[in-house]
Formats: sequence, structure tokens, C-alpha cells
Amino acid sequence: MSDGLHGYQYDYALRLGDTALVLGQRLSEWVGHAPALELEMAVSNLALDQIGEAQLLLEYAAAHKGDGSSADSLAFGRDVLDFRNLLLVEQPNGDWAMTIARHYLYSVFHRLHFAALAACADERLAGIAAKTAPEIAYHLRFARDWMLRLGDGTEESHARLQAAVDRLWKFTGEMFEADAVEEALVAEDLAVDARRLAAPWRAEVEALFREAGLAIPAVSRMTTGGRRGHHSEHLGHLLAELQFLQRTYPGLEW
Amino acid sequence: MVSDDAAIWDVLRSVPDPEIPVLDIVELGMVRGVETAADGAREVILTPTYTGCPATEVIRRSVEEALAAAGLGGIRVRYRLTPPWTTDWITPEAREKLRRYGIAPPRPRRSAPDRPVACPRCGATDTDTVSEFGSTPCKAAMRCRTCREPFEVFKCL
Repeated sequence: MSDGLHGYQYDYALRLGDTALVLGQRLSEWVGHAPALELEMAVSNLALDQIGEAQLLLEYAAAHKGDGSSADSLAFGRDVLDFRNLLLVEQPNGDWAMTIARHYLYSVFHRLHFAALAACADERLAGIAAKTAPEIAYHLRFARDWMLRLGDGTEESHARLQAAVDRLWKFTGEMFEADAVEEALVAEDLAVDARRLAAPWRAEVEALFREAGLAIPAVSRMTTGGRRGHHSEHLGHLLAELQFLQRTYPGLEW
Repeated sequence: MVSDDAAIWDVLRSVPDPEIPVLDIVELGMVRGVETAADGAREVILTPTYTGCPATEVIRRSVEEALAAAGLGGIRVRYRLTPPWTTDWITPEAREKLRRYGIAPPRPRRSAPDRPVACPRCGATDTDTVSEFGSTPCKAAMRCRTCREPFEVFKCL
């Protein structure tokens, strides 16, 4: 990796790309197991969008790396400690409520984040963000509808969704962090200052929680570390499945 | 060069969308132009429809093969993301073809979001959404309350 801003741009694109890839892989794990046929189709479409987004972002990361890397080599050739995704998206699917809660908490952020990214001075990132924005709107609407349906549904669905939110909340703080990489890029208008998104995210989530009858969990300390490669135990298992074919038969093509 | 371009556009109009074969890629609004690259090579510029659409690579190959078969080999195919594709680029003729094929065409982006979708079979507007996600990334599942048939609608992007 080259030094300076170029290296930072690689790191940044990798963070965005890894988050999209890991979430896409998680969602695709529902294929064949979703609660209803319509949801099977919905969740595989959501997965496809995320993997498409990952492809664009990892291609860009590979271009910054400039050593012949490709989106595929970054996705399939790195080990767990080299992944830079948000911890929230690597959390296991659990039940349908857990998947919906994860997708909702992330999608509110995703929409705010990419709306800001579409206006940054990095033309390629801005282009990717503008391209994916209308798709993210679909993700958010789908997740919102299900948050309301489960939260304001039966006693069972409400209890499960509240439990899911309670479990995932400690991973939400990481979305609004910025380290030296982001600070350097923000100064050049080449990245989004995610710290500014915390308040609008919180306001939007609180409004939905009120409508769905959910309580905001009390979490004293957020769990972070995805940017530094400090992951939960779950990511390695996810990558084992994602990377199996390319690890076993390197360079294999369909 | 102009006659060359006309030949290229003719070839492009012969390449169908692999998932909705009644439409070709030009009427779908996927072809942004034919340009000359910095190295002098001719390039066909395409724009992807949906980010994760698996047809994107199939279309690239189909275009390359169709150009080669027409004796226009050596023309490159390149995807360009900006400005992002929108369903507003689907031509009026293509919308009518979609409807006749059984897929309700996308509504204009600036239309009211509650504007009803007409059933492509009977034309009734008493329809509702079954799922915002359909058999491909570009379609949602709906049903008609008048003729009771399920149908798909092209999602608005």
C-alpha cells in the first residue's frame, strides 16, 4: 500500500467495501431458509444489492492499492484480521427479528452516509454513492415496515425484536467514529465525517422506536474495532464459507 | 465515422436484455454513447441498471459478441456509473412493450408515489403490492383486485 492520501483512500474504500460485502454475505445466508417465499426473494435481492455495492467499492480500493489486486482478490484473498467492516453487519442472522433489527439500524446510517458521500469531492466514490442511493431507499423502507410489524405486532414478535435491538445496540456506536484516516480525508472533502451523522441517525431511530413501541437500550459502552481488524468470533466463520471455493481452487472461474 | 456509428447502434439495438428479452439495451436506456478513447479506440459506453444485477456481465459479453459477429471487432465495451441510470430513460415504446409482455412499466420518478399502478392484463387500477422485491432486482410483485391475476411491475429507480 502506498503512503499518504492514496493509502488513506485505499483504507477508506476498503472499509466501505468490506461492510457492503459482509452484510451481503450475511443476507444471502437466508436463501433457502426465509420465513416466506416473498421474503426469500426480498432478502436475496437485498443481498444482491450489497454485493453489487461491494464490487464497485472493492474495485476502487484495488485501484488505489495499484498492485494488480482486484475486487475478487480483496474479497477472497484476505484473512479475517485484514477485514475492515463494521462489527454490526457481521453479527449472525439469528431469527428474522435479529436480521431486521440489524438491517434497520444499519440502513438508517447507510442512507445518511451515502447521501453525504454522493456530495464529496472524490468523484468515483460520489458516483458509487449516487448510484446506490435509490436502492438503499428500498432497503430502509423494507426494514422499517418490518420493524413496525414486529414491534407493534404480537407479544412474541415484540419481545423478539426488543431482544434483538438490545443485543445489537452496542455495535451501533462504531458507525459514528472517525480515526486519523477519515480525519485526513474529511479535511480534503474526500470522505464523510460520520460523527455528524450520529444526531440525525438517533432522531430517526427514536421516532421509529416510539411508533413501534420499542425501548432504546441503555448501553454504557460501545463495542468497536472493525476499522482496526478487531472482529467478533463470527466473522471468521462467515469468511470460511465466503472464501472456501477460491481458497481451495485459487483462481477458479465459472 | 458517422456510418460506422450507425452500424454500431444497429448492432446494439439487436442485443436483448437477458432477463426481459422483449427489450433491447438501447430502449432500456443502457447505452450512453459511442466514444473515442484517449488511445484512439472506439468504445461503447454502457451504464448498469441495478447495482447488483447479475445480467450486467452477460450484457457486456453479448455486446462484444454481437459487435464481433457484425465485423466490428476491436470496439471496447465500458461501463460508466455517472450519471446513474434511471427508469426514466426507458423509452415510451419500450414501456408499451413491457406492458404487452405482462410487466407494468415503471412510473415516472416525479409522479406522485401513491399514483396507482395499472394492471398490465386488464388495465384496472385497483391493484396492490405483494412484495417490493420480485423475481429479479428490477421488479416488484403485485396483484390485480379486478382480474385477480398476479403481475410484476418494473421498479422505479
